[in-house]
Amino acid sequence: MEIRRRNDHIEISELDPFLAELLRQIPASGNPDGVPAAEQRLFSPPSNGKQTELCAEWRIYVEPELRRLFQTATETVAADLQQLNGNEKSFANRTLRIPAKHTDAWLSALNQARLVIAAKNNFTENELNDHFRSPIGSRRDLSLFQVNFYGFLQEFILRELES
Amino acid sequence: MLAFLPMSCGPRQDIGCQAHIKENEKIIHTSNEKAGTITTAEPTIEQETRSEEDLDVPWQVVVHNDPVNLMSYVTMVFQRVFGYPREKAERHMLEVHQKGRSILWSGMRERAELYVQQLHGYLLLATLEKTC
Repeated sequence: MEIRRRNDHIEISELDPFLAELLRQIPASGNPDGVPAAEQRLFSPPSNGKQTELCAEWRIYVEPELRRLFQTATETVAADLQQLNGNEKSFANRTLRIPAKHTDAWLSALNQARLVIAAKNNFTENELNDHFRSPIGSRRDLSLFQVNFYGFLQEFILRELES
Repeated sequence: MLAFLPMSCGPRQDIGCQAHIKENEKIIHTSNEKAGTITTAEPTIEQETRSEEDLDVPWQVVVHNDPVNLMSYVTMVFQRVFGYPREKAERHMLEVHQKGRSILWSGMRERAELYVQQLHGYLLLATLEKTC
């Protein structure tokens, strides 16, 4: 896989089918699926339990706004990912172009996915820091790889935004 | 692949608010002057005991540690939300990472709420706390 900045977009080329599939899973991965830990991480309270009135108002007025914000970002990313659903042979490497104006949506969707996967798997800080972990041997390992791969993309996008 | 440094969660605290009491006192004096009668009213004395919230004791915007969010991402969010220069944003990010929390801003409640909402929009763990 190669990733580089072009004029008005970020280009991810030489995407093998495995990485292309991981990218395709970004929108679905950010869905908490009713898992309380994931839901709570995406919609964390604005205060500890003592400010009950504030927390109640937050749920009514702010959470729907946040849901819309996250949903919009996910939809933008899902639309960009349509590029990976071409008619080429299924094992051919693909190229994905992310328009510069979509980078914020990508940062959000990647973050949603990383947080939800980490919450669902209850990853420890040590696991998240273990970049020398042996490659995928279980579903949990795959999820950890997914978190790291999405983090790599986030890091690249952030660098491009800075420059 | 690039290396990622984590952030993890820290404690939170808050203080409840007090009752709001208002008192108005009016004393009316009457006196005779020559043929006429003059009635004067003393100025209204208003006593107010306001809650901390009404006086708007500063509220703090606190960001808590999180093992998933990237350090570079957190720094960018602090720059965007608070308009902090990179060095200041990084200082706060490192404080969150090392001490578990950092107070990013303090001031009026309404604005503090707006900041927390923005931080939640970026998926950071942020809370609103009353200054002790």
